[in-house]
Amino acid sequence: MKKLTFIATLFTAVIFASCGGDSGKAAEEQTIETANADPESYDPKRGQGKFTAELLALTDKLDETKAKAGEAVSLVKCTSCHKMTDEKLVGPGWKSVTTRRAPEWIMNFITNPDPMLDKDPEAQAMLELCLVRMPNQNLADEEARNLLEFMRKNDGLK
Amino acid sequence: MKNKSILVALAALALTTALQSCKPKDSSNAVSGDAAQKVYVAPGKYDEIYNFVSGGFSGQMSCYGIPSGRLLRVIPVFSVDPEKGWGYSEETKPMLNTSHGFVPWDDLHHTQLSKTNGEADGRWVFGNANNTPRVARIDLKTFRTAEIIELPNSGGNHSSPFITENTEYVVAGTRFSVPPDDANGDVPINSYKENFKGTISFISVGKEDGKMDIAFQIQCPGVNFDLSRAGKGVSHGWFFFSCYNTEQANTLLEVNASQKDKDFVMAVNWKKAEEYLKADKGRKQTVRYAHNTYSEKTHTATSEIKTEVIVLDSKTLKDICYFIPCPKSPHGCDVSPTGEYIVASGKLASVIPVFSFDKMIKAIAAKSFDGEFDGIPVIKYESALYGEVKKPGLGPLHTEFDDNGNAYTSMFVSSEVVKWNLKDLKVLDRAPTFYSIGHLCVVGGDTKKPYGKYLIAYNKITKDRYLPTGPELSQSAQLFDIGGDKMKLILDFPTIGEPHYAQAIVADVIKKNSLKMFKIEDNSHPYVAKGEKETKVVREGNKVHVYMTAIRSHLTPDNIEGIKMGDEVYFHVTNLEQDWDVPHGFAIKGADNAELLVMPGETQTLKWIPTRVGISPMYCTDFCSALHQEMTGYVRVSPAGSNVPISYGTGVTPATAPAK
Repeated sequence: MKKLTFIATLFTAVIFASCGGDSGKAAEEQTIETANADPESYDPKRGQGKFTAELLALTDKLDETKAKAGEAVSLVKCTSCHKMTDEKLVGPGWKSVTTRRAPEWIMNFITNPDPMLDKDPEAQAMLELCLVRMPNQNLADEEARNLLEFMRKNDGLK
Repeated sequence: MKNKSILVALAALALTTALQSCKPKDSSNAVSGDAAQKVYVAPGKYDEIYNFVSGGFSGQMSCYGIPSGRLLRVIPVFSVDPEKGWGYSEETKPMLNTSHGFVPWDDLHHTQLSKTNGEADGRWVFGNANNTPRVARIDLKTFRTAEIIELPNSGGNHSSPFITENTEYVVAGTRFSVPPDDANGDVPINSYKENFKGTISFISVGKEDGKMDIAFQIQCPGVNFDLSRAGKGVSHGWFFFSCYNTEQANTLLEVNASQKDKDFVMAVNWKKAEEYLKADKGRKQTVRYAHNTYSEKTHTATSEIKTEVIVLDSKTLKDICYFIPCPKSPHGCDVSPTGEYIVASGKLASVIPVFSFDKMIKAIAAKSFDGEFDGIPVIKYESALYGEVKKPGLGPLHTEFDDNGNAYTSMFVSSEVVKWNLKDLKVLDRAPTFYSIGHLCVVGGDTKKPYGKYLIAYNKITKDRYLPTGPELSQSAQLFDIGGDKMKLILDFPTIGEPHYAQAIVADVIKKNSLKMFKIEDNSHPYVAKGEKETKVVREGNKVHVYMTAIRSHLTPDNIEGIKMGDEVYFHVTNLEQDWDVPHGFAIKGADNAELLVMPGETQTLKWIPTRVGISPMYCTDFCSALHQEMTGYVRVSPAGSNVPISYGTGVTPATAPAK
């Protein structure tokens, strides 16, 4: 098991190293981040990005229109790698993701994956398991919000 | 016997010494102390300048960063490029269609950035095909060839693709005069004077979309049009072409086209030509030429054969064309930033004549002519001459300008760049090049507002500049700092193909518009699969269409059965990624063409005709993730007439039929 972790870490290192294109961009964003905020202040519940619980202001009633639109987006941009069950394909299955993670974390991660993969402990743990960095699929804010609603629906919200 | 061998040895030694002393002085002396600092661009930092360099006989255009000299991209234009699938994918094949059919190679000589108000605006860069005459437009949002138009009535499209100050027109002038396309061309070659014509094409460019169209052609006497430049500022509305072989020789041009003391610069009043065109004075000529455009929505090129062009006759329609005598086979024909001076370089001449636009206009008004050449008035040399740069060096070719009123001329024979002042025509400085410079480029050096700072020399001979690589060497560019009074050599860098002309532009103008990926929502390719749900394999007779997707790190479908010998299989691969710099490649064993390289959000198609029964592996060719090596699949090929049904999938084993 220890050996496996070591290999996984090595792999991760390779991925990070081979991601030359992104690191410049990430570095740029990081500088901005550290300039504005104390690095210690990273909130693992919220993640890093523009979304907060207040901003989302979710209710516990499903918005069916949003969920439908989210499903359509998922077919183009997500379901190549994610199943609706708890089975891992390339990335983890979506079943119960909305109970595992805060909605603002999900929103931040799907719209801002690279900086979070560089510092978020949960995202990094998943990377060690999956070995593929979640791609930035350039989701518009509205698309991301619709996806979140679809995930909520997938988790049984009515 | 012994004496004789000593003699031979001495002679050899003498010869070596002599040869060495012929070379410019030790080149290390030519490099100044702070050169490294000036060209050093730290890892992760951007260059200041984009440099678009013709690829010559590679048929492509290359893009370098200045001052580092780093190669940023080779843009495939007129030649196939298996690395990028250019000319191999079904979508790009039509881009290389011509009236002669599919042409996989050409010779790209000159690059021109689109202009607004006489300054490079960074929207498009144009390139010319010298062999099978064409002009290409490259979109600088994508750094891809967006359009190619063929030129009828032309041979050797050399004086091209020079453009007017608001990109109203791109011109193309024939270097090798030929009989017009609608005439019987089956004539004796030595009937050149009677049957051969030189044609100049004015290609209009759409203001918003850049779409090219041959607005009109001007039929001119059969001579060789070499280079050209648009007037600007005061001379906007005119175009200037250098001509050689006014002897109208058709054989051994090396001798026979160098007989006369003076050839010509041809001044073309294109505003006047527009008037004649409006007044319906042109002749509609039946021709055939291809017009190819690439759509970023369908990710597909279409090729159309057009059949008509309007030709204006320079002989009967007066006041369009005038000849200005110019010493000894002029080559470069360059217009100063204000548009007042036309610098023509007789490549065999010992002076560089500088003509005045103002004097030329006055000479035309006063009819200060020296007779006619084939129906076109010849302006008296002195009447148009501003002055001559005396003893500039040997073999002047091309001139560019800086932001301080200076001109820089390349000297092929004496292998140097000569800096001179535009006002008093005095030589100010000279710098050796290694070796035999052809074109040169100053940043913004052909615009109304040159940026200056750097000059790049494109040399024809590389010899001992780099580690030897056998008989064939890369060609060489040399970067000079021209910020001070003296030119300083600061860098050598190798180039692809043979660099002819190049243009340079401040990076900020272009980089902010650079596209990062294609939006999958906007993809309207007829065979796109927007998501794995839309993947499928469809048989239509012996054609099989595979709607395939690629994402890190699997192909869908990655197991395909039911392909039979005699089938034509089309892999339509859609890259589902929506992030910058994540292309996926696609290749299958035995394919007789190339790979695909599919950008995020794009669909590209590889045609594959199986040549044997069995299993053919396919895979992603562009290292995309840690599990890239897993991004593979298999296609089962059965004999013709087999009853193995079409089945496919990823992550599911298709219901297979046993081998027959």
